[in-house]
Amino acid sequence: MSETVKKFLYVNRKAPYGTIYAQEALEVVLIGAAFDQDVSLAFLDDGVFQLTKGQDTKEIGLKNFSATYRALGDYEVTKLYVEKESLEERGLTLDDLQNIEYEDEDDDYAEKPSIRLVTRAEMAEVMADQDVVLSF
Amino acid sequence: MGTLHTVNKSPFQNQTLLSCLAHAKDGDAILMIEDGVYGATTGTVVSDALASKSTDVTLYVLGADLAARGIDAGRMAEGVTSVDYEGFVELAVTHDRVQNWL
Amino acid sequence: MAAYDVNGTSVEHDEEGYITNLGDWTKELADVIAAAEEVDMTDEHWAVVNFLRDYYEEYQIAPAVRVLIKSIKKSMGPEVGNNKYMYELFPYGPAKQACKIAGLPKPTGCV
Repeated sequence: MSETVKKFLYVNRKAPYGTIYAQEALEVVLIGAAFDQDVSLAFLDDGVFQLTKGQDTKEIGLKNFSATYRALGDYEVTKLYVEKESLEERGLTLDDLQNIEYEDEDDDYAEKPSIRLVTRAEMAEVMADQDVVLSF
Repeated sequence: MGTLHTVNKSPFQNQTLLSCLAHAKDGDAILMIEDGVYGATTGTVVSDALASKSTDVTLYVLGADLAARGIDAGRMAEGVTSVDYEGFVELAVTHDRVQNWL
Repeated sequence: MAAYDVNGTSVEHDEEGYITNLGDWTKELADVIAAAEEVDMTDEHWAVVNFLRDYYEEYQIAPAVRVLIKSIKKSMGPEVGNNKYMYELFPYGPAKQACKIAGLPKPTGCV
């Protein structure tokens, strides 16, 4: 396996259940996590809907994979960038999103928030700072 | 050399082109392909947004997709360069990364 | 479609032995799957199977093997949460085999 660690960004711009993009992205992230790269996720545009709390898919016959975002910390995926303007455009605030945390192994396993709220300009910086950008 | 952004959705269908324009950084390139090429025509609701960005980023469109849709050079917005498939590859290899806006 | 037989009731499984309908799972079925896998279920095996079922309930995924072992180490201690011990319990892979017995899908990230 290569020792070069690259920065990978998974860009999420679609709402969760209308298309398969969101769930596919999550599966790729979980599988890709085995490769020990520097992984971040970006949520912008309708992608921010993926992280809202209180999703209940019982009646539509689809898996509620919103719960799986909370497992990302176990896979050492700890950077979830959420765009502030995208939330605002959709009448949402950070309080409408799930609480997603990871345990920081370098800080006595303290629980820290995985979601990082960024402005559109900051999101552009995050994107420009990557080696590989994968879009869903 | 910056990012090559590709956009493959019509700007009249969703916000993909506008979102791309809002996140592209100075010196980046945007290549419109497939239905994205409709964004490269003149006199549309996204013309202003495109024009206001055209000094900071370089705008390209894939000629084959224009031709397929019957869009001739006369209807192309100012400042947009048409490339062929070789040009697409050239753009991909001369930029640091490719970001697809789906 | 092949099936397990649990006291006369048949429970469908795929070609690798994972049950098709997660709601079909019972403790009796787990014993049947374990027998087919030649795993003799002890309390230690059950602890792992129950852990996996709880993990699935909470996160809607079967964890990859390294995540499983790390999480078990955290909740049950390093004597249980280590590669060697987990492979002793489930020789064909703690994630794959234990997930099968727990009635979960194949772990995400396993090919």
